[in-house]
Amino acid sequence: MRLILRNLGFYLLAFWASITLNFVLPRFMPGDPVSRMFAQAQGTMQPDQIAQLRKLFGLDHRPLWEQYLSYVKSVFTGDLGISITRFPTPVSDVIGQQIGWTLLLGGVALVIAAVLGNLLGIVAAWRRGGVLDSAFPPLLIFVGSFPYFWLAMGALYLFGVSLGWFPLRHAYDVGLTPGLNGEFVSNVATHLVLPALTIVLVSIGGWMLGMRNTMIATAAEDYITMAEAKGLSPSRIMFRYAARNALLPSVTNFGMALGFVVGGALLTEVVFAYPGIGYQLLMAVQGLDYPLMQGIFLTITAAVLLANFLVDLVYVRLDPRVRVR
Amino acid sequence: MTAIEIATATTPTASAPSSRRRGLLRQLIDSKKALAGLILLALFALLALLAPVLAPGDPSLINSTGSQAPSAAHWLGTTAKGQDVLALTLWGARSSLFVGFTVGLAATAIAILVGLASAYFGRIVDDALTLVTNIFLLLPGLPLLIILAAFLPPGTSTVILVLVVTGWAGSARVLRAQAKSIRGKDFVAAAVVTGERPLRIMFREILPNMASVVMTTLLGCVIFGIGAQAGLEFLGLGDSSVVSWGTNLYWASNDGALMTGTWWAFVPSGMCIALVAFALALVNYAVDEITNPRLRSRRARRALPERRA
Repeated sequence: MRLILRNLGFYLLAFWASITLNFVLPRFMPGDPVSRMFAQAQGTMQPDQIAQLRKLFGLDHRPLWEQYLSYVKSVFTGDLGISITRFPTPVSDVIGQQIGWTLLLGGVALVIAAVLGNLLGIVAAWRRGGVLDSAFPPLLIFVGSFPYFWLAMGALYLFGVSLGWFPLRHAYDVGLTPGLNGEFVSNVATHLVLPALTIVLVSIGGWMLGMRNTMIATAAEDYITMAEAKGLSPSRIMFRYAARNALLPSVTNFGMALGFVVGGALLTEVVFAYPGIGYQLLMAVQGLDYPLMQGIFLTITAAVLLANFLVDLVYVRLDPRVRVR
Repeated sequence: MTAIEIATATTPTASAPSSRRRGLLRQLIDSKKALAGLILLALFALLALLAPVLAPGDPSLINSTGSQAPSAAHWLGTTAKGQDVLALTLWGARSSLFVGFTVGLAATAIAILVGLASAYFGRIVDDALTLVTNIFLLLPGLPLLIILAAFLPPGTSTVILVLVVTGWAGSARVLRAQAKSIRGKDFVAAAVVTGERPLRIMFREILPNMASVVMTTLLGCVIFGIGAQAGLEFLGLGDSSVVSWGTNLYWASNDGALMTGTWWAFVPSGMCIALVAFALALVNYAVDEITNPRLRSRRARRALPERRA
């Protein structure tokens, strides 16, 4: 319980740090980025809306501490300002519209990569020196050396442009109306294959190596020798005795990865023009849409922190040693 | 270009003076993996240094018709604008290696300072530094990179600054753990009792004893630097007038190289990034194997003597 409270305090502190960063960046950066933004937005906005944005970015000549307090307050009440590129939609609405696609893409890729990677890791560790153990790690390191977005470009070129197996961009075909019917769902699924596949390809190695290394340590424990002495079947020892205990670090990694799902699919979304919040973040950067940028950054941070907190809760449940400490 | 010289010199000097570490260097050369990695790195450093000789003139000069497939005149073809891809790739090595190794060295330097100070002083200093490190580790890296790069004026120095700010925390955590275990050893206590100054203890007593860990974190940081620079520039957040592997990919993607099927515009730069990262990873893997016997592959599972505490 104390551990959870301590961590909760830490997460709140981290969130406060990112809010403060958000507050400080537009105010103290050289080159006056905010003026550039206003110069661009002048034509499309009403004067009172510009006045509101000025307030958001501290151009209203109030003392700094007052600005800071009102900024923190508006963040916690969910008021993240108004998007400039998608004017006049509020930032929170823009994020709400697109976070679903990010969660879908990231979630599917994460579950596949974690399950497959852990299984491969278990087998690799159990058959040390086998094909899986000796050939896979160098191969995975090599694949992992490629910049992620480059692999995604390659996959897009090979399977999308050259072979034409999969659609090139977006989450579903233009002209389809979203709904829970077979046509729409299968269309979304075919659009999902390539982006998800590339994420799985680059992330599976980490899962596998991590699991392999913990399994090797676990396999040296006395209770494994004991289980073998009892004459239990190898598969039972492998899964029920060794893997079950080696899985704990993977739970942590899963939680961390869950948080990064929101931000991690960013490059994928950019390459495949997938309409999630990562893609939106880049659009915001290109359109000098600072309120939207900051809103997305805060959302991603909040997701990461929340996922970490959930892992803490699960961990207390799974590992009795944490409860004692 | 002094930085390229740093680039070539880094791997050997990181494990130079004391006798214990000279052993590490010899073991590295003995290891096939590490040797392959070192040769590959030296090759790329050489290509980067010789770029003005091999491809004289401004690489972004338009000197041909666009989108030509590889031929005798243009070994790697031309971009959609009509620039020679080979020249772009050779010159790109300069910026990419420079930024990668600068980021690696700077981030590792910060990590060493933070790690040593944490371990040596302990208590409040340790708590505060650990807190800061953990916050940096927890904040999502790529979005943070993007938002920092978006607010700062574009340029190579911005890219380096932003990558150092986001890249040091992971290494700091590793180095702190290692330094802390050495801090508890008797010879450090002896040094404290004899009245040596804190700085001397940190850098002359503790640091040399964790050289191999410093080296693996350094290599990791360089890999991060090269990859993250390419990512930032690919997103258009670098200085798009600089020729580097990242901007090459940015322009290839912007000019629709994927859609028109001109694969030669984006394959070479990506391959170069991958090969450099792979070479660094090979050296890293070898250092790991030399210093951590448990990871050596020839040993059978049954013969493992060590156990996790």
